[in-house]
Amino acid sequence: MVKITIDGNVYEVDPKDNLLQTILSLGLDLPYFCWHPALGSVGSCRQCAVKKYSGEDDQKGRIVMACMEPVVDGMRISVNDPEVKDFRANIIELLMTNHPHDCPVCDEGGECHLQDVTLMSGHNYRQFDFNKRTHNNQYLGPFINHEMNRCIQCYRCVRFYREYAGGRDFNVFSSRNRVFFGRYEDGVLENEFSGNLAEVCPTGVFTDKTYKQHFTRKWDLTTAPSICHNCSLGCNIIAGERYGTIRRIASRYNGKVNGYFICDRGRFGYEYVNSDQRIREPLRRGQASGRLEPVDRETVFNYFKKIFDKKPRLLGIGSPKASLESNHALQMLVGKENFFAGVSAVEHQLTLKAIQILKEGPAEVPSLRETEKADTVLILGEDVTNTAPMLALSLRQASRQKPMELPIKMNVPTWHEMAVLELMQDERSPFFVLTPTETKLDDIATAVYRNAPDNIARLAHAVAHYIDSAAPEVENLSEEETELVKQIAENLLSSKQPLIVSGTSCLNESLLEAAANITRALKKRQKSPWIFLTVPEANSVGLALLDEKDLNQAIEKALSDSYDALIILENDLYRRIEEDKANKLFDAFEHVIVLHYLHNSTTDKANLVVPVGPFSESDGTLVNNEGRAQRFYQVFYPGDSVKESWRWLGQIITGHGLNGRSELSKLDDFIEALVRDFPELKAVKDLAPNADFRIAGQKIPRQSHRYSGRTSMNANVNVSEPKPPEDEDSPMSFTMEGYQGMPPSPFISRFWYPGWNSVQAVNKFQIEVGGALRGGDPGLRVFEPQTDSDAPYYTRIPEAFKPQKDQWFAIPVFHIFGSDELSIYTPGVAELAPKPYLLLNQKDAESFSGEKVNVLLDGKQIELTVKTSSSFPSGMVGIPFGLPEMKIFKFPNWVKISG
Amino acid sequence: MERPLTQHIRPGETLTITDYQKHGGYEGLKAALKMSPKEVQDTVKRAHLRGRGGAGFPTGLKWSFVPIGDDAPRPRYLIANGDEMEPGTFKDRLLVEGNPHQLIEGMIISAYAIQAEIGYVFLRWAYKKGEKIIQKALAEAYEAGLLGKNILGSGFDFDLYLHTSAGRYICGEETALLNSLEGKRANPRAKPPFPQTSGLFGKPTIVNNIETLCNVPHILRNGADWYKKISLSEDGGTKIFGVSGKVKKPGLWELPLGVTLKEVLEEYAGGMQDGLKFRGLLPGGASTDFLTEEHLDIKLDYAGVEKAGSRLGTGTMIVLDDKTCVVGMVLNLEHFFAQESCGWCTPCREGLPWSEKILARIENGQGKMQDLEILEGLTKTLGPGNTFCALAPGAMEPLQSALKYFREDFERHIKEQRCPRRS
Repeated sequence: MVKITIDGNVYEVDPKDNLLQTILSLGLDLPYFCWHPALGSVGSCRQCAVKKYSGEDDQKGRIVMACMEPVVDGMRISVNDPEVKDFRANIIELLMTNHPHDCPVCDEGGECHLQDVTLMSGHNYRQFDFNKRTHNNQYLGPFINHEMNRCIQCYRCVRFYREYAGGRDFNVFSSRNRVFFGRYEDGVLENEFSGNLAEVCPTGVFTDKTYKQHFTRKWDLTTAPSICHNCSLGCNIIAGERYGTIRRIASRYNGKVNGYFICDRGRFGYEYVNSDQRIREPLRRGQASGRLEPVDRETVFNYFKKIFDKKPRLLGIGSPKASLESNHALQMLVGKENFFAGVSAVEHQLTLKAIQILKEGPAEVPSLRETEKADTVLILGEDVTNTAPMLALSLRQASRQKPMELPIKMNVPTWHEMAVLELMQDERSPFFVLTPTETKLDDIATAVYRNAPDNIARLAHAVAHYIDSAAPEVENLSEEETELVKQIAENLLSSKQPLIVSGTSCLNESLLEAAANITRALKKRQKSPWIFLTVPEANSVGLALLDEKDLNQAIEKALSDSYDALIILENDLYRRIEEDKANKLFDAFEHVIVLHYLHNSTTDKANLVVPVGPFSESDGTLVNNEGRAQRFYQVFYPGDSVKESWRWLGQIITGHGLNGRSELSKLDDFIEALVRDFPELKAVKDLAPNADFRIAGQKIPRQSHRYSGRTSMNANVNVSEPKPPEDEDSPMSFTMEGYQGMPPSPFISRFWYPGWNSVQAVNKFQIEVGGALRGGDPGLRVFEPQTDSDAPYYTRIPEAFKPQKDQWFAIPVFHIFGSDELSIYTPGVAELAPKPYLLLNQKDAESFSGEKVNVLLDGKQIELTVKTSSSFPSGMVGIPFGLPEMKIFKFPNWVKISG
Repeated sequence: MERPLTQHIRPGETLTITDYQKHGGYEGLKAALKMSPKEVQDTVKRAHLRGRGGAGFPTGLKWSFVPIGDDAPRPRYLIANGDEMEPGTFKDRLLVEGNPHQLIEGMIISAYAIQAEIGYVFLRWAYKKGEKIIQKALAEAYEAGLLGKNILGSGFDFDLYLHTSAGRYICGEETALLNSLEGKRANPRAKPPFPQTSGLFGKPTIVNNIETLCNVPHILRNGADWYKKISLSEDGGTKIFGVSGKVKKPGLWELPLGVTLKEVLEEYAGGMQDGLKFRGLLPGGASTDFLTEEHLDIKLDYAGVEKAGSRLGTGTMIVLDDKTCVVGMVLNLEHFFAQESCGWCTPCREGLPWSEKILARIENGQGKMQDLEILEGLTKTLGPGNTFCALAPGAMEPLQSALKYFREDFERHIKEQRCPRRS
């Protein structure tokens, strides 16, 4: 710690950050543009000027840019010196010479960093009376709107897109006051993190196009802290609503999980909530019509009552997309032995295996954001950009970890981005990508290895064996493979923080075992490896912790035992198992009850459909891939029909006196019941203060102090303002009444602070800028690895993959846009999803004449367009997973091709 | 009077390697190779050689910041800055076209002093003739064993390449030059770290002006004391001074540092053309402050010009006469600087076009009195330390001094709503 003097006040600070970051961390205000805590300092905008004095006698001082200034002991500076204040106002005036001042029609207006800084800097009288320069705007795809005239040339966009996110199709063009930020020609932005441009841009050049289509000002949004449901990482998001529709998703800073950013699937994949496929009232299949017909709430309860009159046996199927509370509520209703996780056997086994590996240790499990600190990365099987996108962004940062040693050695501050990049040049951390398909991380890889999952597992086992000869040996590796094994192993051994990444998407258990073996071998060699495993869905881990039985077992059970009704929770079984298996299950039941928010093939089979809230209209808890439980909160009250699944189920349970225990009406009751049944989940109770929590007797409002139109927004329907809905599940109100100060971190529903209307206000919510949120980042692990364990090696080494003569080994290929069930409802996501195809090795494809081939899969013939890759393993085919035009097939599987 | 740099240069001719060697060429290199790199550095330090590109930084001192030793990063680079795009400046062109081997020898010695393995001559895009001359000279030097491996049997290796710029003024800024050479946008870099420790491709690099490097062989050949003695000033050596504008004999002359401004103007440039009066001059290229009549007696060395409120800069002057509009002249300069801004930092990118627009308005007879306040404000906002590199502060030097010395010209433009020098 060192002492510095700012405007006469002495502060004790850690000199690790630049002066700007230090000043902001002290809670002082200093305007800036080009600096961003995740992007470092480049000193281009000249906005964060302060006066620096050279010694006690220096009265004059000189102007320096705080972002470029290291903090040194005894330094004396002034933020408020009149000359430097003038300078900052002059800089804003210069920036404004070409800014169109079109705030009223700009989506950024009201949450614009440029507006905030203009006010903060005190420039208000415009002297520039010439024409402003103008630019042509570009079409950048369905997600991002471009309005170049507003640009103030802070260069953040291009630095984020290229240097941070690894994008290549976006740049800065031209020079002087004509610099242009965009693509070389109109076109869809290729990078999966492009949506962050909307938050990185300090003004309205890059804005959220989906938001624009149903725009509302920040102050008119009802917002709640939420968790992204679109993959297993559990990125923190803020969802905003007005008039009953979700208007946008923004990143919610979490210092442990997603940091400042989220991926495009997370940001834009919300529109299913507003879909016309939404189920907004109970539906019962009419006996006469055979169609689902709207009924009232009572009918739902009566339907259950009729079933319960017979003391029925109920079979319940849970969902990896539904909360712990909802799954557990169903489990309570049907009984644990009759509850099944709603996922295929292979998927569930792999998830259970991943949990087992994580728990057993001895490898530490980093959080998503911590993976950025790994200095050697080995990826086994997983194309993370498409299965857990934000992990790809974190690993890209990890690739800078090792080369960062050089700047550190040369006393170049790590925040000095320009100098750091110069010194690093093309150096990267040792980074190995072992996957069947090409990945978007190949560009930073030290070496890539394209092969069948079994062969990747074999190579990985060989790495473990190289590190510790007690690990099982792998025979018959090629010379090249042996060389790669050595290279990987030596790099892992010489690394300070090795990280092994794998996951379930290859549907290959050996990969997970090999990942575990490597960490165990490294531990034997006195290293402290990290392991990070991805799983299929937002609550796959949570569901697996509740029940080990899978969907295939459910079908067996349903066919062998006699059940009266099938209850399916927020799940479309036709996306989980093959069509005929699902049909078989439905055929076995007279009563099929589905709780869902969207019409799908499963609701088509239902006799009763119960309208439940998706994430926007529910509270609940998810457990992410690393075992971190996180709470999401209902954003708005959707009316009396749509309820959280757990609430419906709870009312049915209590209505029939089934639980025989305490009350089940509000969220806290369900958490209580969950923790009682699953003591290992006790952390779920501590995620956030319960619904009784108050600050100075007040609730925490979901609406801002500037929320407008409340008394009139429904006046066209009814002039008397209805009583606002109450939230008995959380300490948050659905209105603007309540404590408008900084809430405890789990309840942050907007980053907003006096003078800081843009997302940059997040600085004020952090203990120190870029670090944890005040009060700690929300979320708690429900299990931790046993780091002192002596878990034995997995000994099963798979046989080497052998191409077959007349059949092909099919694996699923995942797509960030297309493979996920819900995000595809966003028209932009659907637009970017690939059309069905069959991936083949280039040489293999030569044996087929046409562009299209017929594929025999699960006894069904489908025609697919051939896509080739020179590196995709021979003897295999890749089939895009989960596209709406395609059915679900059993993977991995052998298929026949003709054509 | 000694004129080591130019005495063998004849207009329109280029010295071949044999010509050069006949006049003692590459003797300095031979002397240097017998010394240790440290000794070469010390000799240049003792000679008080200061950078001729404009900033006047002591060359030997600059070299001494390069880490040398077994654990120092490699390769190290030496770069000759020949981007010479400063308006009114054409001294490096003379040196390149007249005697390329002097530059090459200077670079080999300098490379030896900092133990650089690779060198580049970064040449202005428009110097097409110079480009051919350097290419030929490089081939001659390679053939003579003066470049490449084991130079003159010394065990020292040095490869030298020519790189022609794409033609931007900012590439003359040494760090922008490095980015440009790396194939990146020619934006300047933040210092520290300085190129001496993190330069081209992040490796230790020295960027010296062509004229600076051309001095080095003579220092090594004749010694530091000789070099100091040929100057009339604390700063060692001679300097190529140039005069353009409406003087009788515009041109370039190699003169001892410390010669007076008057001497250059009157004895060498022959004074003003008939019927014209001297009003002022920019002493060291477009990005230096005006000097006027009252400064004619100053000594032309780094300290002397600085004391008069300007900079020696490149030593090539642009003279303003009484029939030329000063507003028009400054407008022309600011137009150039606004065009050449790289667009990286706010004051330069936005401030220069604004100043240009205002000057154009004044020149066209539409100026307002408050325009002068805005211009004055800009000269402060775009001042030294406030911008990312020296381009904008340099651009403000002629403007601020014009406002100081020739304010009435500006005011007349505004009051009369026309350019008084235009009929």
